[in-house]
Amino acid sequence: MNELREINKLRDIIAALFGSDAKKEEGQYPLSVLTYILPREKFADAARALKKAYALLAAEWATDETSFGRGFGIFACYRKGSEYLIVKVNVPLEDPTFPSLSKHFVPAYRFERQIQSLMGITPVGNPDARPWIKFEDWPQDAWPLRKAFNASKPLPRVEGEYKWVKAEGEGVYEIPVGPVHAGIIEPGHFRFQAVGEDIINLEERLGYVHKGIEKKFESMSWENGARLAGRVSGDTTVAHSIAYCMALEAMTGCKLPERAHWLRAIFLERERIANHLGDIGAICNDAAFSFMLYQLSRLRELILRTNYKLFGHRFIMDKVIPGGVAVDIDSTGKKEMLSELDNISKDFEKLVVIYEESPSLEDRVRDTGILRPERARELCVVGIAARASGLNLDCRIFNPFPPYDRHDRIELGVPVLITGDVHARAWVRIQEIRESIRITRYMLENFPDGEIISSFTRPSPGISGFAAVEGWRGEIIYWLQAGPKGEINRCMVRDPSSVNWLGLEQAIPGNIVPDFPLCNKSFNQSYSGHDL
Amino acid sequence: MILYPFIIEVFQILLVLAVAPAFAGWVKALKCWSQGRTSPGLFQPYRDIIKLFSKDVVLAENASWIFRFTPYLVFGVSVLAGGIVPMLSVDLPLAATADVIALVALFAIARFFTALAGMDIGTAFGGMGSSREMTIASLAEPAMLMAIFTVSLASKSTSLSQMVQVIYSGQSVLRPSVAFALLAFILIALAETGRIPVDNPATHLELTMIHEAMILEYSGRHLALIEWAGMMKLFLFVMLGIAVFAPWGIAASGDLTAIPAAVLFMILKLAIVGAGLVLIETGLAKMRLFRLTEFLGSAFLLATLGMLSYFILE
Repeated sequence: MNELREINKLRDIIAALFGSDAKKEEGQYPLSVLTYILPREKFADAARALKKAYALLAAEWATDETSFGRGFGIFACYRKGSEYLIVKVNVPLEDPTFPSLSKHFVPAYRFERQIQSLMGITPVGNPDARPWIKFEDWPQDAWPLRKAFNASKPLPRVEGEYKWVKAEGEGVYEIPVGPVHAGIIEPGHFRFQAVGEDIINLEERLGYVHKGIEKKFESMSWENGARLAGRVSGDTTVAHSIAYCMALEAMTGCKLPERAHWLRAIFLERERIANHLGDIGAICNDAAFSFMLYQLSRLRELILRTNYKLFGHRFIMDKVIPGGVAVDIDSTGKKEMLSELDNISKDFEKLVVIYEESPSLEDRVRDTGILRPERARELCVVGIAARASGLNLDCRIFNPFPPYDRHDRIELGVPVLITGDVHARAWVRIQEIRESIRITRYMLENFPDGEIISSFTRPSPGISGFAAVEGWRGEIIYWLQAGPKGEINRCMVRDPSSVNWLGLEQAIPGNIVPDFPLCNKSFNQSYSGHDL
Repeated sequence: MILYPFIIEVFQILLVLAVAPAFAGWVKALKCWSQGRTSPGLFQPYRDIIKLFSKDVVLAENASWIFRFTPYLVFGVSVLAGGIVPMLSVDLPLAATADVIALVALFAIARFFTALAGMDIGTAFGGMGSSREMTIASLAEPAMLMAIFTVSLASKSTSLSQMVQVIYSGQSVLRPSVAFALLAFILIALAETGRIPVDNPATHLELTMIHEAMILEYSGRHLALIEWAGMMKLFLFVMLGIAVFAPWGIAASGDLTAIPAAVLFMILKLAIVGAGLVLIETGLAKMRLFRLTEFLGSAFLLATLGMLSYFILE
């Protein structure tokens, strides 16, 4: 095992360790990510070897491949630096089990509960057999992601019980919060065990906005899939549709015109700026510092209104389509965005000074909700939460699409902090807004000419495609698989929230009950993107 | 003329009932403007109260008489307290029977029952709010008494009318003891009335609430009474502060002609205090819950310093 430390690339580790057992999946376009097929019993061994090589688990999912005349496929996607690697094992229909990865990678524990609940394949060795996303009043054997499942028929309700983690002892009490909250936010249940005001454990229960999106994809055309992807999580519509389209384009080898890439990047950065502005305000508001909320909301609104004026939608929904983008900008639009960015950055800098120079606010955000770097790494968190806890992850740097790949020109200065507290997550956002404004300006000033869409061909049967895009919350992963007739056989969506919810759960114990909303807001996860 | 004090008394109670929501509206309006928003106007609190009165009461199945009785008690206490604090004139029959200690006790009764009502339903939030409220109370009440005692040392009385008259007669201008007591009183008043930085009256976050968490289960006319009483409490604390620390303009005993001027002075002072309150609330974030002990501890310390300086310097 020791000589493996010398090998840097994950793919070489798999090749060296498993030799002829590891087969490359054939017929893929080079744009897509490398997939190794291993024997089922080697699934966890691969995870152990890759963990030793400092890889992180990005996603784990299952496919129903009965339409190919096979059983199921279990996939684990690893990431190290800019290298992604997918390890697949085949699972026969008559014995739907696979070795659990939860011993090596903590987030696997939830991915696998999800696989078990929705696909009905048992992870052997996973300590937690409770359902995830699926609720206990569904029949045990209703596995909605299986091809045999009829999604159009209502299911009978059954009795069931969800076993919560219990804490006992003198003075321990439980606070159930949600799923419906007092504010206008998405539903999710949090259960605190507290002694006095000190939280000793937090348990999340999600799935209240499970809409069957992954199943729905399978009945849609590739073009309409982009529209559905744009609705997975409404506040991240641009990043989700870019990720979907890039996965699709990776399947067909479709090459985009330069201008389309740049437009996508501008949409993405505008989405990031708008959401970060709103988030910083909301964090301050949860410490009852509402001045910031109203001022930052005003700036956010300016961006959204310009979006509406220039692109026809406040959140730029449905403007990213397979093969390119649906809307172009002209020189007046460019000028308008540039002058808008000047205004926003002027006002924003003033507000940052207020944020920095308010000791009462600083007292609330510092040392609250700490996610330690080692814990963040263990949980494989992504995005803002990762960068606030010392993990240098950003798809714009490590897995870029044009124009981000011009590292010499754009030189993205993504902030990485190590304190992992609420302040760090707010500060990462502040710095990212500055960076986004700067690179948007660069992009607008150097905008390439040309087409905004290229012809898009349907993927051929059996092909799969992978894409990772840095949305404002973090890395969004899409993995698409074409069925035997060239239709969508499976669309796996991994919103950053799917892993970052674990980060929140681990950042909370040790804090006091009234600080939870502040911590939660600093993560600001998507419920919809997680529940799907 | 014998009836005159009683007329003043009744007039003052009506004034508390009628003006308290307007003051709350004024604070809200100023806050909106300070944040660059359009305000809903001075009269929004009245509309809120009317709206709540026209709604049905939704009661939890296991609500006991405490839960149903508390809104009336809290409201009654606020009305009664409105008869004790001199606002327009010192001719208050009730002020002679109940002094400032009785006033503090009145608010304590209201708080005691609100805390019981919070626990009565058995939700986690109610109990949490009650426990937090009592933590604050146990720290705020002694500090409050210390601050008031400091002022009453100078006036040799704990009757509010008497205290106003003494300060009014010019015997105690700019005493260091009173300055300390004023600072302590401001801190306590912020805690007692549930304002930022102690509590956030405008929050929707159940987990951070203190006062709101206790009354989370109230609805309809019950909630209207509690909200109204809350506005009166804020108003009364401002009035108490004015009476003890800046009584100029309040009509002296038997001086009927000074009443209109007293009304004008009152409005002016309310406007100024409202602006001061908004400055505090806009410029500060809410404190971490356990910082409250330091906050109220320093209030107690200031009040004690005031008392010491009275004996040492005066």
